[in-house]
Amino acid sequence: MSVEETRTVQARPATPARRVNTKELWSARGLLLPAVVVLVLLTQVPFVVTIVFSLLRWNLLYPDDRGFTGLGNYASALTSGDLGPSIVATVLITAFSVALSVVLGLAFAVLLDRDFRGRALARTLMITPFLVMPAAASLIWKYSMFDTTIGMLDWLSRTLHLPVVAWSTDHPLASVVIVLTWQFTPFMMLILLAGLQGQDRGILEAAQVDGAGAWRTFTWITLPHLRMYVEIGVLLGSVIILQVFDPIAILTKGTGGTKTLAYLLYERAFIGLDVGQAAAYGVVTVILTIIVATVALRTLFKVFMAGGSR
Amino acid sequence: MTRATRNGLVTVLTWVLVLVFFFPVFWMVLNGFKPEAVASSAHPKLFFTPSTEGYRLAMDRGMQGYLINSVTASVTATIIVVVLAIPAAYALSIRRVKNVEGALTFFISTRFMPLAAVVLPLFMILKTLGLLDNVYVLAVIYAGVNLPVAVWMMRSFFLEVPFEIIEACRVDGAGLGREIFRVALPLVLPGVASAALITFIFSWNEYFLATLLTSSAARTTPPFLGSFVDGRGQFLAVLSAASTIAALPVILAGWVAQKQLVRGLSMGAIK
Repeated sequence: MSVEETRTVQARPATPARRVNTKELWSARGLLLPAVVVLVLLTQVPFVVTIVFSLLRWNLLYPDDRGFTGLGNYASALTSGDLGPSIVATVLITAFSVALSVVLGLAFAVLLDRDFRGRALARTLMITPFLVMPAAASLIWKYSMFDTTIGMLDWLSRTLHLPVVAWSTDHPLASVVIVLTWQFTPFMMLILLAGLQGQDRGILEAAQVDGAGAWRTFTWITLPHLRMYVEIGVLLGSVIILQVFDPIAILTKGTGGTKTLAYLLYERAFIGLDVGQAAAYGVVTVILTIIVATVALRTLFKVFMAGGSR
Repeated sequence: MTRATRNGLVTVLTWVLVLVFFFPVFWMVLNGFKPEAVASSAHPKLFFTPSTEGYRLAMDRGMQGYLINSVTASVTATIIVVVLAIPAAYALSIRRVKNVEGALTFFISTRFMPLAAVVLPLFMILKTLGLLDNVYVLAVIYAGVNLPVAVWMMRSFFLEVPFEIIEACRVDGAGLGREIFRVALPLVLPGVASAALITFIFSWNEYFLATLLTSSAARTTPPFLGSFVDGRGQFLAVLSAASTIAALPVILAGWVAQKQLVRGLSMGAIK
C-alpha cells in the first residue's frame, strides 16, 4: 500500500455519489467550529507563545533583564549537557516500558483468551493496575513495594535470602520502568485481547485441520493478524509514555538518569524559573514527539482505512 | 500429560500470574485498613484487626476538599467534551466537510502535543488573567486535552450509523438538530458513553497540569497524593487509605465499562 493510499481517509465510503451542496458544507463547518476553536485556543496558541518565549532571554529571578536572544536558549540548551541525557532518559524509559508491556500484555492476552473458570474475574483484576491513579500507583510502589524497610520486595528478598536492593535509589530507571510497565501491561493486554478475539475462527480451524500445531498456528496466523493491534498499542503507548511525569516526580525526582524532557522542562520553568530555557526544551520535546507521532498517525490512518473498506 | 491436565496447569499458571500482577492493588487496599504500626512494620501481616484509622487520618488532612475539586473538574470537563465532540464527530462522519483527513490530523496532532510544551504559556496567561487555581479553568483545559480523542472515538461510532436512516430522515424534511439528536445520537450512545468515560478517567487521574495550575483552592486529588512524598514518620496506612479512595471511582467505572474501555483507549480503531 502506498503512502498516498494509506493517508486517504474517506468520510463515508458508502456514499460517494451523494451531492454535497454549499449549504451542507457550511453547516458541517459550523458543527466543527466550536471544537476547533477550543483546541486552537488551548493548544496551538500556547504552543506559538512557547516558541516566542523560547526566543527570549527571560528568567523570573531577574525580571528586568528581559529581551530577545534569538536562538540563544537553544544554544545553551544544546551545550548545557542536560539535553542529551534527558533525551536518552526519555527514549530509554519509553522504549523499555512499551516493549515490556507489549510482551507481557501479549502473554496475558493469550492466557486470558482461553476458556477457564473465573476468566471474567481474572480479566477484571488484570486491567485494574491501568485504572489505578498514576500518582497513587507510584506512591504505592515507592513505599509498599520498593521501600527498604517496609517494602514487599525487600521482605521477599530477606525471606529468600537474596541481596536486598534499594530500588528507587539504586535503580531509579528500572523502578520507573517497572511502575510504567505494571500500569501499561493491562492497556496492551486489552488491545491485544480484542485482537485475539477478532480472529477468524474458521481460519484457525482450517490450520488445525491442515495439521499445524499450536505454535505454528500462533506464529504464522495469530501473530501476523495481531500486527495491527500491536502497532496501535505501541504507538498510543509511546505517545502517552513520552510525556509521562507522575512516576518521575514521585519516585525519583529526576535523579539517576530518569530526568525526562517533561521533568527537565518542569524543573527549568517552575524551580529554576527560567522561562526562555524551559520554552526551548518545550520546543525540543515537541520536535521529538512529532517524529514519533508522524509514525503513529500514518499507522492510525492505515488502521482506519482497513476499517473503512470492510 | 493429557490435554486436560495441561489445560488445568495453564489455568493455575494464569491465575498465579494474574494475582501476582494484582498484588500491589490488593496490598494497597489491605494496608489502608491496618493500624499504622502494623502497616509500617517490616514484617508484612496478612491478618490483623481492621481499623479505619487510615481513612480518618486521610480525611483529617482535608481530603474531602480535594475530592470535591476532582469531581468538579472531571465532571465539568466530561460535559464540555461531550457537548463539543458530538457535533464535530458528526460533521466528520455523516455530514461531509472538505478535507476530512486534514481535520482529523489537526485534532489528533493536538493530542500528541506534549503538555509540557504548552503549560508554560498557559501558566503565564492564566496568571496574568488571575485565573490560576480555578477548578473550572482546569476543567476547560482538561476538556481541551481530551477532546481530540473523544472526536475520533465518536466518529468511529457515527460511521456505523446506516446512511439510509439519515437519508430517510432528510427526505422527511427533518432539520439538522433533529437529524443529530433524534436520529443519529440514540444510535451512538455507547460511543458517547465511552468517550465520556475516557475523558473522566484521564481528567480524574491527571497530575502534571493540576500540580502546576492549582495551588490550594482548586487543588485536585493527584497532587494531594503527591504531597505524601514529603511525609515523615509512619504513614503507610494513611497513604494507602488515601490512594484507595483516590483510585476507587476510576477502578469501579473501568470495571463496569470494560468493553467500552477497549474502544475508547484505541480511539475507536478497535471494535
